[in-house]
Order: sequence, then C-alpha cells, then structure tokens
Amino acid sequence: MATWTPDPTFYPSARMAMQAPAEKLAYMAMLDVEGTRPDALGVVDLDPQSSSYGELINRIPMPNAGDELHHFGWNACSSALCPYAPHPHVERRYLIVPGLRSSRIHILDTKPDPRAPRIVKVIEPDEVHRRSGYSRPHTSHCGPEGIYMSGLGAPNGEGPGGIFLLDHDAFEVLGRWEVDRGPQQLAYDFAWHLGHDVQITSEWGTPNMIENGLVPELLLGSKYGHQLHVWDLRRRKHVQAIDLGTEQQLVLELRQARDPTKAYGFAGVVISLKDLSTSVWLWHRSNGQWAAQKVIEIPAEPADPDQLPPLLKGFKAVPPLIADINLSLDDRFLYVSCWGTGDFRQYDVSDPFHPRLTGSVRLGGIVNRSPHPASGPVNGGPQMVEVSRDGRRVYFTNGLYRAWDAQFYPEGIKGWMVKCDADPNGGLTLDPEFFLPAEEGLRMHQIRLEGGDCSSDTFCYP
Amino acid sequence: MQGSGVFPALAVNAAWPWMALAGLGAFHGLNPAMGWLFAVALGFQRQSRGAVLQALLPIAAGHALSVAMVVVAISVLRILFDITSLEIGAAIALIAFGLYRLLARHRGRVGMQVSGAQLLLWSFLMATAHGAGLMLIPVLLGMPIGAASSEHLQHMAAFSSLGPSVGIALAALGVHTFAMLATAGAVAIVVYEWAGLAFLRRSWINIDLIWVFALVGAGVILLIMALR
Repeated sequence: MATWTPDPTFYPSARMAMQAPAEKLAYMAMLDVEGTRPDALGVVDLDPQSSSYGELINRIPMPNAGDELHHFGWNACSSALCPYAPHPHVERRYLIVPGLRSSRIHILDTKPDPRAPRIVKVIEPDEVHRRSGYSRPHTSHCGPEGIYMSGLGAPNGEGPGGIFLLDHDAFEVLGRWEVDRGPQQLAYDFAWHLGHDVQITSEWGTPNMIENGLVPELLLGSKYGHQLHVWDLRRRKHVQAIDLGTEQQLVLELRQARDPTKAYGFAGVVISLKDLSTSVWLWHRSNGQWAAQKVIEIPAEPADPDQLPPLLKGFKAVPPLIADINLSLDDRFLYVSCWGTGDFRQYDVSDPFHPRLTGSVRLGGIVNRSPHPASGPVNGGPQMVEVSRDGRRVYFTNGLYRAWDAQFYPEGIKGWMVKCDADPNGGLTLDPEFFLPAEEGLRMHQIRLEGGDCSSDTFCYP
Repeated sequence: MQGSGVFPALAVNAAWPWMALAGLGAFHGLNPAMGWLFAVALGFQRQSRGAVLQALLPIAAGHALSVAMVVVAISVLRILFDITSLEIGAAIALIAFGLYRLLARHRGRVGMQVSGAQLLLWSFLMATAHGAGLMLIPVLLGMPIGAASSEHLQHMAAFSSLGPSVGIALAALGVHTFAMLATAGAVAIVVYEWAGLAFLRRSWINIDLIWVFALVGAGVILLIMALR
C-alpha cells in the first residue's frame, strides 16, 4: 500500500543511515537440527529498556519441515530512492525467507505487529523451479526495480546457479536474471555497485556438491568456487571472471563499499588448499578492468589431531574458515568471522588495500571452545554477523549449514547468538551479559535487524 | 463563449491556458520521478555540478517529446472529431489512466552510467508512462490547436505565418517545457548545492498520488466542459 511520505527506514546514503535509531528487534533464521520439525523465524528483543531484552520473544514456524532457513531479506529498502525508478512510498515490511534446501520461499509480514510477523505467502519449490530454472534460493536483496535472489543450482542439483527476480508487489517469481552468463556456473552471493551499474557474484558449489557435506575429493581437486564474476547490471551480461587461484576454495560472502561512487568491495574465501589459511580479497576497478587481491590472510592454527574431527585429523591444524564478513555503513570497519578457530575480528579498512586489525574476540572454535562470560565454554564459532546501522553493535550466531556443521563440529553445535560492542574509533568487546542460547535442537543462522542493518540495503547516493 | 466579456475578462481568458501550461510544467518539474532527482544523483556520482546541469537538458527534451506526442494527437483528433466528443473521450481516458496510475508500477532498470541519449529516452518513457502529456489535454482542447473552429483561426492568424495552429502548438509545448525545465533545474541545484538529500526522507510526499488526483481532476474538468 502506498504511503504519503517515504518509509522512514529508507536513507538516500549509507552515511545518513548511520544516524538511524538503534534497532529494537532482530529477526533470525532458526534451523531445526534434525530436520523433522519446521524451521522457524525467531524474533529477538534488542530494546535495552525492555524486560525481555536479549531474549527470544517469538518463533514463527514455517508450514513445512526441512526447509533449512538460512539467509533472508527485505521486500524493499533504501534502493527504492534510486533516481531512475523512484518509489519510496512503499514500506519495508515483508521478509523474504527462502528455504535453502527445500527451495520454498516464505513471505512474512512484519506489520501490524513487528514482534509477531505472519506468513502471508508461500511460493512452492515447483514454482521457483518452473519460473526461474533455479533452485536452492540463497541471498535475497531488495533492488531498485525488484527483489533479486541467488539460487545455487538447477532443480536437479547440478549447475548453473544464478540469479532470479521477484516483483516486489505481489512477490511473483519473474524468471532468470541473466541474459548472458558467459562462463559463470557456480553461484552463491551477489553485491551491487549501483553507481557503476555493476554486479559482483561469488561461487560456492552446486547443490549436489554441498548438500551431503563438504566433499574432500572435490575440495582437494579445487572443484569448489574460486572466482568472482563481474556483471553489467543493466544489460544483465557477464563482463569478467576474476580467478583468485584454484587453491582458493569457497568464495562466499561479498560486501561492496556502501558508498556507490566507490568501486571496490571485500570477498571472504573460506580456505586455501596450500596451507589451510583463510583470506579476504579486495576487488576493485583500475583503468576500466576489475581485479582482486588478497588483503587479509589468517593462518591455520596447529592442533592436536585428537581434538580434531575426522575431516581435519590428517592436517594437524584448525583452519580459521572465514564464513562471513560484514562492512560498516561508513566503509570503515570490516568484521570477519572465523568459524573454525572461534576468532572474530574487526579491521579498519579506511584504506581498503591495507586493512589494519583493530579488535578481536574469541568464542567457541573447533579446538578452543572459548567461553562466553555468561555461559562457559561454547561450541560452533562466530558465523553470520550483522552490524547495527550506527556501527556500535555487532551480533553474530554460530551455525553454518547443517550438513557441514556436522563435519566440523561432529558433537553437534549448540546454537547461540551474542553481541559485541564496537568502539567508533576501533576496538571490539564482547558484551558479557548478552548470550542467547538456542533451545535444544535449534540452531541460528542469519540475523536481520528491524529497520535495516549493514548488509540489508544498497544505496544510490554517496 | 470566449471574448464575450469586457476587455480585462478577455485578457484573463486568453492568458489562462498559458498559465495553466506553465503551472503544469512546474508541477511536472517538481516531481522527482520526472528527472531532477536523476540529475542530482548523476551530479553526486560524478562529483560535479556540471553533470547536474548537463543532465537537465536531455531530461527536458525527453519530456517535451512525450508531451509533443499528445499535442500532435490532439491536433489530428481535432480534425476528425467535434470538440464535445473529443472532450468526453479525453475525459474518460484521463480518468481511466489516473485510476490505472494508482496501481501502476514502473520498474525499469536504467542505471547510473547513462549517456545524454539514454537520459532523453528515460525521460520520454517516464513522462509517457506517467501520462504527463495527457494531463495537458483539457488545456490543449481549449486552445486553437489543430482544426480549430474558424473563429479561432481568424483570431490567431496573426501569430504565425507557418499556420496558426502549428505556431500555437509549438508555443504551448515551449511554455510547458520551459516551466518544467526551470523548476526541475532550480530544485536540482538547490538540492545539490545546499539542501542535500536528507530532506528527501521526510519531505518527499507521494507526488504519484497527487498525480492521480491531477489526472482524474483534469478528466472531470473536461467532462464538465463537455456537458456544460
């Protein structure tokens, strides 16, 4: 429904969005570990004045079991202010919540009561398959002219994966996005430089390569993703593939500069086959060509094989495994989750070519099980990270992906969500009070903050 | 009916279509969706005030082209139909289009790396999709454009040696476009240089809704004129 004035959560620029009021709620994907009960969307109270602060105040179960809720996004965001298709009188209101395993897409309405979203539409897998040719929907971003969603592969579990569109009024699957995909086969995340009409995509693996767990032969054979792809966003054409090197495996999360005049961004690479290190790469444009270079490398940590899961015993080391990254709205701080070692880091990336480590905390980890003050030792490690728009509060959870969780944490990850406080001048401290354990049998994944967060919106103005 | 009053009334009667064309031009220029916002965005993206100004001309040209289509259509239809049927037909079309605009969604992706020609095309499509030219129909029908009644033809003969109706049509287009360009330009420069984009958040009222009222209102006025 059209409103009279723009949705107050829309900001022309990322800088302006930093002045947004503090979030009072978070939404969170909650996975049923056994896959026998429905997954749920959790609602967490983040209002410090509230008596239920830091608690799960609601859980909305999906209609089916086995969806594997993972990432999700909003129907509309600040990109509605983009000048060529302005329509700011829509509302940031609906959450687009795909099931990564089932390919079922749920639309939840956060109004009238944001603490109790309701499922208002379910797009069945068959419709996603039929209309887009893709399956296993993953990342969802609100674009200027529609909702973009990535799919990891074809309905039969093979490639190619890619991007499809939903209209943002009726949430109909409109179809495949790419006109010319060039050599691109693997898909995962995507990010936009709206000021440059450029899209960047990353590579995980086809559904068949991931759904039964990480396949060591494929990994050692460099078969998982190791490239970035650059696209012409207007013509929907592949422009350039950037190979990070075949030893760089699993190129996952992408975080572009929030200022649309800047043409660079960061990509997390989970593991290097050379030395089990993990890395962050900077993609950037120079002289009309796109290139990428490694700007952060975190080495593996030696470990007693007895403390390692079967998958890693032979290596006698814990790979840090960067599983998620996030970037503050002022393009200043990059947050890096090392799911293997439990390391959670903050880098000052004011100079994106030379990140400077400014803070870190340790929580969980395959070997360390670093404790939280409010709970004692925990397992799993820092994973999906979300940052408040003002950059002061950082939240993260510890589950990765069911089939892979079991390989790295065979004892079974106990889900949790925690919070860090970030110093505006650099520095990171774990909030000793904030520890939200998942109920038995549930695990948390992506967090979205009410009104938007550091990875939910794309901006058209600097 | 026209010219039946005393001189001052005649002057007002003669001036009102031009004032209305200019007023509607200003209204179109104010609408961020008609181009000033795009010009500002390009200025920010390229970090240059020149880019703002450069963008405005093709935007105005695209707008003019879209309005010109309506002017030409009216001129031709005036040859084919009598004024009352035209007024009734146009009234129905305007009201229907206005209601359609309530539901319409334009979601074409253009992008920020645009040439002048692309900007012109974008502006043409935006103006056409929004029915900018249609909104002028009640005014245009009141002017001696196309196969105007003979009294008008005589009246206007002095204006142009090209043929009175073409001259009037071009003047109408010019007045409307100039008002649109001047308004869009003024807003764009004020926003780019001083106001910044923050005010968009609160002050960007839903012009699309006002637009619907304008279209439907224009239709109703026409209907009243026709049935008078």
